[in-house]
Amino acid sequence: MTEKNRLIRNIGLTMAGAIFITACGKKEIDIPFDANPQTQPPVQNTANIDNNNRNIIVPGSQEDFLSQISSDTIYFDTDKFNIDAQDQSTLRSQAQWLLQYPNKNISIQGHADERGTRDYNLALGERRANSTKNYLISLGVRSNRINTVSYGKEQPIALGSNENAWAQNRRAVTITVQ
Amino acid sequence: MTAYKLSHLIASASLLTISAVPSHAQDEAQPVLEVEAQQGPEVVTVDVNEQRIVAIPTFVTPNDVRTNAGSTAQLGENIAKVIADNLNNSGIFNAIGPNRVKKISFSEVTSPHYSHWQGRNTDQLIQGFIQSADGGNITVGCYLFDVTFSKETTRSGFTVAPGDWRRAAHKCSDIIYSRLTGEAPFFDSRIAYIAETGPKNKRVKRLAIMDSDGANHRFITSGRSTALTPRFSPNYKNLLYLSYVDGNPRIYVYDLISGKQQLITQSNNPTFAPRWSPDGKFILYSMAIGGNTDIYKIAVRGGKPVRLTSSPRIDVGGSFSPDGKKIVFESDRSGSQQLYIMNSDGSNQRRISFGGGRFATPEWSPRGDLIAFTKIGGGFRVGTMRPDGSNQRLLTNSWQDEAPTWAPNGRVIQFFRTARGSGKTSIWQVDLTGKFERKLPTPLDGSDPSWGPIRP
Repeated sequence: MTEKNRLIRNIGLTMAGAIFITACGKKEIDIPFDANPQTQPPVQNTANIDNNNRNIIVPGSQEDFLSQISSDTIYFDTDKFNIDAQDQSTLRSQAQWLLQYPNKNISIQGHADERGTRDYNLALGERRANSTKNYLISLGVRSNRINTVSYGKEQPIALGSNENAWAQNRRAVTITVQ
Repeated sequence: MTAYKLSHLIASASLLTISAVPSHAQDEAQPVLEVEAQQGPEVVTVDVNEQRIVAIPTFVTPNDVRTNAGSTAQLGENIAKVIADNLNNSGIFNAIGPNRVKKISFSEVTSPHYSHWQGRNTDQLIQGFIQSADGGNITVGCYLFDVTFSKETTRSGFTVAPGDWRRAAHKCSDIIYSRLTGEAPFFDSRIAYIAETGPKNKRVKRLAIMDSDGANHRFITSGRSTALTPRFSPNYKNLLYLSYVDGNPRIYVYDLISGKQQLITQSNNPTFAPRWSPDGKFILYSMAIGGNTDIYKIAVRGGKPVRLTSSPRIDVGGSFSPDGKKIVFESDRSGSQQLYIMNSDGSNQRRISFGGGRFATPEWSPRGDLIAFTKIGGGFRVGTMRPDGSNQRLLTNSWQDEAPTWAPNGRVIQFFRTARGSGKTSIWQVDLTGKFERKLPTPLDGSDPSWGPIRP
């Protein structure tokens, strides 16, 4: 990776992190209305909220997953699907949680940026989701716990048409199936 | 959908023509992969200033009769307007519609007042009639006259249900277009595409179909699940498309008559990029197994899928040559997206795109002489090359033009354009010179156009 690419990527990661904090509550609108239960976002459980309106994170829940891992998202370079050192660190934190909750399954969503043709991007998103899956398997997560789905360029998280936005959109996102 | 009854009524007039290109030109088979390197494709190139002026008065009705689609007098004016729009939108003619020329009498239809038109710089004159026919149908007759030489060039007639008056107008347009250009017809055809609305991260994408001029628009899916990349079957009875209806990308075949759809193959793997063979008997599709995408072929009647590619990289898409013997497809096996050709059984795979940049979404022209593609390098541009990869030409120049699809005559290309930033999409049309480009009218944003053949 060139120095310039690294810079862009780092900015992208920072931005994605910032957006993640504010956007996680909105996540379900990125999911198709009639997606099957495996890919549906977790429903907020009202039992999680006690009389004092303090959030209590239920162990094994999607909230618990998000609170225990370093990120639910890893990022890729243009047209690439390899897992680099930073991705490995993120996925190790995900694997740790998954090994702690062996009855929980996950769906990995692979995405591409808008600067690719539609069919190729569907294939590329599938590549990225599978790279992520394979790395988690190498860390001891059973393959039958992991579903993959590619959205190609259909569901960008960053809306701009620039390198920064594209870096955020070339991603694989892990979601627990509750 | 109704079955259309469309019959020739009037025999073609004398073949003796003075200004028109001989009609046999459109019937010549185009050799594939045997084109001489220096010889360009026969492209109709017309300077805008040299466009032939074509006048089209209202089609005359002998008795104004009411039909369920409007009175015959009103339909006569509408038909003339549709023909004028078609010819104008082809980029080749300066067509002057019924509102800008004189009205003619019924007896004048077959014997024009040449001196009137000669005095108005008119090159060609289209006149016609409309009258009620048996069974509640209408008969539309159209005539083409060469004004300069005061001579009738061709005539044709069609009997249709009143609701299908646009088809009669398209058939007249096609016959006149072919007579004047020597090219095969293309107006009487339909387009499947994806209608889009909503913000960039919550795009609603619906399968929709329309006539080649945007009329008779119909939504097929509700938009509750994302639909992508439709393809009309050659007989217009089915649509292939990708849907996320079960949460995963899968190809379905939708039956336009029954309104039912089914998966093209039972698999837990994602399937995408569906294409028909020219005879409608086979479906090409791309499927990822363990993340690796390859191209497969399956008979429409069912049976075992045949895997056509096996590279460890992404092989995707594909488009049959018109004779069904070859397939052009996209692969990044060299390290970046490039175009390859193989025999339809998967043998003899070889790269055809060279010279810098990435190449994607190849579509073989129905004439066989050219392959359209998206070139990625800086911007996304639509272009053409010969099947041997020679004579690359870029036809558009915008931020993101993508996914070309051919008119039935292989002389016009549609594609979709994405706006930088907003992600808004629109469907565009360009001729093979790249000079005449226009946006198609669609009720919502549009992407993934797929142009079907001349209607049966």
